[in-house]
Amino acid sequence: MREEVNTGAVISKTAPNPTVVKLTNLWKKLIKNKSAVIGGIMILLFILIAFIGPHFTPFSPNAQNTVNRLATPSAEHWFGTDHLGRDIFSRIIHGMSITLYVGFFSVLIGTTIGVVLGIISGYYGGKVDTIIMRLMDILLAFPGILLALAIVSVLGSSTENLIIAVGIFSIPVFARIVRGSTLAVRKLEYIDAIKALGANDARIIFLHILPNVTSPIIVQATLSIATSILTASGLSFIGMGAQPPTPEWGAMLSDGRNYMWDAPHVATIPGLAIVVVVLAFNLFGDGLRDALDPKMKN
Amino acid sequence: MFTFIVRRIIQTIPVLIGVTILTFSMMHLIPGDPAQIIAGESASPEQIELMRERLGLNDPLPVQYFDYIRGVVTGDLGNSIRSGRAVSSEVFLRLRPTIELAVYSTILSVFIGLIAGVFAAVRRGGLSDSLVMIVALFGLSLPNFWLGLMLIQYLAIGIDIFGINTGWFAASGWGTWQQQVLPVLTLGTAGAAIIARMTRSSMLEVIDQDYIRTARAKGVKERVVIYRHALKNALIPVVTVVGLQFGTLLGGAVLTETVFAINGLGRLIVDSIRARDFPIVQGGVLIFALLFVFVNIAVDVIYRLLNKRIDLN
Amino acid sequence: MAETTDILVEEPILEVRNLQTSFFTKEFEVKAVDGVNFAVPKGKTLGIVGESGSGKSITSLSILRLIKNPGKIKGGEIIFKGENLLDKTESQMRQIRGNEISMIFQEPMTSLNPVYTVGQQISEAFIIHQNMSKKEAMLRSVEMLELVGIPSPKQRVKQYPHELSGGMRQRVMIAMALACDPELLIADEPTTALDVTIQAQILELMEDLQDRLGMSTIMITHDLGVVAETCDYVAVMYMGKVVEYATVKDLFKNPKHPYTVGLLNSLPRHDIDLGEEDLTVIQGSVPAPDQIPEGCRFAPRCPFASDICHERLPHLEQSEDGNQIRCWIYTDEWDGDPEVNVNGERTS
Repeated sequence: MREEVNTGAVISKTAPNPTVVKLTNLWKKLIKNKSAVIGGIMILLFILIAFIGPHFTPFSPNAQNTVNRLATPSAEHWFGTDHLGRDIFSRIIHGMSITLYVGFFSVLIGTTIGVVLGIISGYYGGKVDTIIMRLMDILLAFPGILLALAIVSVLGSSTENLIIAVGIFSIPVFARIVRGSTLAVRKLEYIDAIKALGANDARIIFLHILPNVTSPIIVQATLSIATSILTASGLSFIGMGAQPPTPEWGAMLSDGRNYMWDAPHVATIPGLAIVVVVLAFNLFGDGLRDALDPKMKN
Repeated sequence: MFTFIVRRIIQTIPVLIGVTILTFSMMHLIPGDPAQIIAGESASPEQIELMRERLGLNDPLPVQYFDYIRGVVTGDLGNSIRSGRAVSSEVFLRLRPTIELAVYSTILSVFIGLIAGVFAAVRRGGLSDSLVMIVALFGLSLPNFWLGLMLIQYLAIGIDIFGINTGWFAASGWGTWQQQVLPVLTLGTAGAAIIARMTRSSMLEVIDQDYIRTARAKGVKERVVIYRHALKNALIPVVTVVGLQFGTLLGGAVLTETVFAINGLGRLIVDSIRARDFPIVQGGVLIFALLFVFVNIAVDVIYRLLNKRIDLN
Repeated sequence: MAETTDILVEEPILEVRNLQTSFFTKEFEVKAVDGVNFAVPKGKTLGIVGESGSGKSITSLSILRLIKNPGKIKGGEIIFKGENLLDKTESQMRQIRGNEISMIFQEPMTSLNPVYTVGQQISEAFIIHQNMSKKEAMLRSVEMLELVGIPSPKQRVKQYPHELSGGMRQRVMIAMALACDPELLIADEPTTALDVTIQAQILELMEDLQDRLGMSTIMITHDLGVVAETCDYVAVMYMGKVVEYATVKDLFKNPKHPYTVGLLNSLPRHDIDLGEEDLTVIQGSVPAPDQIPEGCRFAPRCPFASDICHERLPHLEQSEDGNQIRCWIYTDEWDGDPEVNVNGERTS
């Protein structure tokens, strides 16, 4: 069986595999990187809040209290109440899981499809490459949020469709990055050596190409979560995402804008929540990139 | 250069075809029968059938697509369901504020981004460098619709500081400069942050190049080294970002126009989605995409002009 | 031996005394240049030879004070025409750079700014130092290109660096360096990145121009062949220190420092038929910058090293013939084999 050839052992003999970063090394670098540490701790905290927070909120996120509408922050309602008298603090806590859920899953969709397309494109080249990259160009031709907006307009507004739309929106970035890295790895000598030993394509892709493109994927995925949260909350803000009464932050902001004169905090607080979460992912992504990509030092 | 532009336009043809296929499919992918939607809820089966015939929905798909393309080329994008007017005229009427908004915001973001980026790069590792980069990271993390609302809150509605009311600018509309300042700030902030970060890292890369050392060895003043020798090289990758940024700004206009109640194309699309006026959505999305594709060609041309290293062949 | 073997007899245009340049990392200090002394006599060429990492390029950048963070000139004196360059202000230094002292770099491919034409880049020197108008400067640039032997200079002046070959670009660098008629030219490995045939052309051009313009030159190289062809004097550097300083004639005829001997032995010679097997190399490699030997820097690799070599650093001392040598073997304190013949290695 040709499969029995141990291609793993070849790496050390032919050429060092240059782009794979050892996990222990990565950890050491991450710990030293201020923005990675701050961002990472913030993200962990947010995940914790998303999971256990809803059990400890003082009010139900959808409990209305028509007597106490648009109340300013107080000891009872830390962040005040909205136009239906709902406790904003409780809604923010419940909204955390929605925000992270949308961010993670849309990026998961984008990453999975993008990575598969990128590897196929970069590894096989030729016509397949041209077709896939043209498809990506077409997706990229819709500026910014518009692609996601167009998709939601066709699928209809809901949190699930929002995830799909934002996910598709982030495919091209991954496809391009992964294609680039795959091309670079494919050119390395040791890939030829492994091929000469009879490894099949799947083995080369999974054992040798994929580990090499992991770092740029992780970095991009982290940064994409930040962008996706912004895009998703923007779509919810114009009513094209999560529907009321879901305590989604963009939708809450949209409710609050009608009361800017009397109760600015109703719109201010959900926006701040978005800023803090997006900032955490951007910080962590920046730190990761510094640690994983030696070129970007300083 | 002329042949380059022509070739670049020819290269976009597959993309343009893809874009039109996508916008064409939008009509067919929406849940429900387009004829029913366009004819209206209360239409009789005969009326729907008539509409189906008029829209060519009984033809095979390729025929429908070519009809659509013919319409696009001749400027016939169908009629609005709400107003019954031609989509093309509705869309073009709304195009101007959107383009102005995107262009002004791009100019603002390039201006601020370049200054901040160079400033930070020159002071690499210093306190002001870190400060600029932290502000940029915040700028990158702000949802622009929220930033817009906050600007309205503090600079249009205004607050009283020492008896002075800060409500200097208008909260809605597009026309006077008082109306334009806040939307441009709103839309330009994220772009400025991205361009500042890009400029900084590009400058840092260039500053370590051998030719910068050559310039210093020639006795060139440090200021001239930075602005003449380094910046011009550092700009090359920044141009690409500016181009992409313009696209993001065009898309971002959708939100900004909603926040500031600007009668632009973005808001038209959002309103039309709500009203299920799909011909307008379809036409508006197509126009946005076409606009962006041509901006990209323009960026490539500028890139080419700046970067003499790319061989013209 | 009657003619000037004593280097210091001639009037020097540049004298470097105890120059120290270090690079600071978080953990330690790397002494790239560690107390270097030499002089460049007027109108003559001094070669600075050494392996990569010996500090020769840092020395040259220190002279023009072009050391960037985290590097720093820690001490010493750089006397140019009687004045210490280390005492000058930055703006005074700018008047000197490219005007009185010019520099040519190793990588002609990357040392020219890709976004400006060759003419614009040469012109800049005239505009800065001679207050010329752009038009005048461009005309002078054409003349400079002609001087360095670039055919059809009027057309070339409008071209961008990427349109020129490596050899052409190095000619442009030379034209740029010589534009303001400098008194001292520092050439940092000017031919290393070029093809062999082009190397010879560039060296010939430089020699020819030196004869015509009468400037002094510092030729930094790792190639003793280049030294033999172009230099009058040589300073051999090893790990930030000058280990031997002699006239070219003496150095090739009678090398003293074991390191110099090693370098010469690793050079294929055409005059003596040694046979392939006699081509030797120096044992070991240059130690890492954080593992500097305590005694003589070269001791760990030196075939003659004795106890004293590992313990104490020898001084750079003048020998009877006027040359300078940093080696215990030539001192009274030598505790090794009294009959040691460093050169013996070479011919035996």
